[in-house]
Amino acid sequence: MLKHHIRRQLLVASVAVIGLIGSMGLSHAQSKPPIKIGFGMAETGGLAANGKAAKLAMEIWREETNKKGGLLGRQIEFVSYDDQTNPSLVPGIYTKLLDSDKVDLVVSGYGSNLIAPAMPLVMQRNMAFMTLFGLGVNDKFNYPGYFQIMPNGEKPGEGLTYGFFEAAMQANPKPTTVALVGGDAEYPFVALEGARINAKKFGLKVVYDKTYPLSTTDYAPIVRAIQATNADVVFVASYPPDTIGMVRAANEVGLKTKVFGGPMIGTGFASVKKQLGPLLNGVVGYELYVPEPTIKFQGVEAFLKIYQSRAAKEGVDELGYYLPPFAYAMMEILGQAVEKVGSIDQKKIMDYIHATPFKTVVGDVRFAKNGEWTVGRPLFVQYRGVVGNDVDQFRKPGKTPIIFPKEFKSGDLRSPFEEARKQ
Amino acid sequence: MNISFDLLINAIISGLLLGGFYAALSLGISISFGMLDIVNIAHPALVILGAYLTWWLNLTFGFDPILGGFLLAPFFFLLGIAIYRIYHDRFEKGGGGDSLRGLAFFFGILFIIEMILILLFGVDYRNVNTPYTDQSMPLGFLSIPYRLLIPFVISVTLLLVIRWALKKTYFGRAVSAVAQDPLALQLMGVNPIKIKGYAFGLSLFTAAIGGAMLIIIQSVQPSIGREYIGLVFAICVLGGMGNLTGTLLGAMILGIAESMTATFAGPSWAPAVSFGLLLLTLIFRPQGILGK
Repeated sequence: MLKHHIRRQLLVASVAVIGLIGSMGLSHAQSKPPIKIGFGMAETGGLAANGKAAKLAMEIWREETNKKGGLLGRQIEFVSYDDQTNPSLVPGIYTKLLDSDKVDLVVSGYGSNLIAPAMPLVMQRNMAFMTLFGLGVNDKFNYPGYFQIMPNGEKPGEGLTYGFFEAAMQANPKPTTVALVGGDAEYPFVALEGARINAKKFGLKVVYDKTYPLSTTDYAPIVRAIQATNADVVFVASYPPDTIGMVRAANEVGLKTKVFGGPMIGTGFASVKKQLGPLLNGVVGYELYVPEPTIKFQGVEAFLKIYQSRAAKEGVDELGYYLPPFAYAMMEILGQAVEKVGSIDQKKIMDYIHATPFKTVVGDVRFAKNGEWTVGRPLFVQYRGVVGNDVDQFRKPGKTPIIFPKEFKSGDLRSPFEEARKQ
Repeated sequence: MNISFDLLINAIISGLLLGGFYAALSLGISISFGMLDIVNIAHPALVILGAYLTWWLNLTFGFDPILGGFLLAPFFFLLGIAIYRIYHDRFEKGGGGDSLRGLAFFFGILFIIEMILILLFGVDYRNVNTPYTDQSMPLGFLSIPYRLLIPFVISVTLLLVIRWALKKTYFGRAVSAVAQDPLALQLMGVNPIKIKGYAFGLSLFTAAIGGAMLIIIQSVQPSIGREYIGLVFAICVLGGMGNLTGTLLGAMILGIAESMTATFAGPSWAPAVSFGLLLLTLIFRPQGILGK
């Protein structure tokens, strides 16, 4: 009887000890705090369409990474605020993220105007800063922690616009004059600076060089003024609303020139493709991903499948060719760096990203000293054969043959513009 | 730059077409601010609401935007009456208007409309496609795009019809009277609050049609209305408060100034020239071009 009693006590004690050891392990796992990544993003305002698409891509990365166990064994949590496409809100947002929310890592919002205001804060706190589509933001700051996912190349303004001029110079006879026009804003300003350098490089005489306010309603007077100069090439650096306005005006005025286009943001968007439809024909536009047979980035099609399945519900770009793959790649790079470094030590992360070539859904990425890609690869395509306003036609190759860069070329330039737009 | 004749004529025509559209946007402000002294800063947001609902009708039922705008207009009229009732009960009743709180009220409406549009329709740009959207009417060396010509014709017609109604109809004369002397109107046996409600409803009626015109001309996104706040009030003041002919004239002047500057001097100068004209006018004629 006594032995039975002792055995029973021993059994209970064993169960208790095992339970205690188990609960210690469990609480240890539960006690690992999440890794908080903070950012502002345009969820309202003029850039919201892109901002929300980028955020969806980042969420997809977060969910996938968390399913695999997170980073450093810790789940990832986003702390984000709507910057309303208002640069004046950005310093306050990043102050709150860093000082109040005490995030572990930061990334940027979308666009030069919303990245630049965060720079002083990020620099002050020596944070690694992956940024989303700023043009030449680090030119003046020279901050070693800055990394830019837009594939412009080491000299971003020149790199972004170089491809357009290379494409334009394929016209026969070779162009000799160029008209430069863009919106009164940071991105077009830097793009136009690059265009002036490239125009000189290619021996083109600049016969028109002006900017327009972003609130312009009718672009026809601008296009007529350009037409009056008889420029061989018309280069436009614009945001989506003015991209639509300029392309429309070029068709309405019947612009006669050899090559028309440029780094016009918006031509990569499903909504702009839908709106302009056949008006895009002949335009030499700027894309970052198109489903041409010469583009084979590992993982991009799988990512786009997931993104496109959720885009309609979120009310964002249904194709997701422009910003989303790069927003995803930006997080891939940050995640890989954190895992390899083994900590959230900002200096170690910066050094690692500078030293390492990355394989991402947008191809191989390697950063130069100034945080830009060592080799840029914006795609300059010439839209052709676009019929009607159905966006599904852009899911297959053929509508956006790549004119430049050479390694991805899938079609030849058609010139002059007034003939190319009829094809 | 050499000023060629056809470039000059094209610039003037573009300016007139643009001015007609600006007049449609400003018409409601001319009524609410110019006649009723209500600073409806939410008017451009209501124009955007009209644009979105026109887009929705076009997408869902295939209605042409012009038809869509006129179908929506009566509902906007009723909405205007409802908004005015709230405004009057909260800010006008009890003698004198509390203009600062009233302004805050309309700012609130502006943000609420933007948020509702974002929640319902998302943040992407929306547009309509019609058979005439990307077509132009060739006229010798002129090329007049229908997407500007049609809104111009409708806008000017609407303004002239409302102007005629305000002068010749009983309701119109009551609106003019309430703007001048509400007490006298009351002594004549007419309820000035009701008349002001109808007048405010009329201003929103024009917002619906202005929105339909806007989405024919360009794409819209929820916050784009803010870009027009300064413009519509400037046109109202430039033309003369409450004077609809002045509104049309002011809109044409700003449209032509914008177009001519964009063509010959550089587009980035256009706002400076337009608002410079406004300042000059106010210096030499503070009541506006046709104001009394």
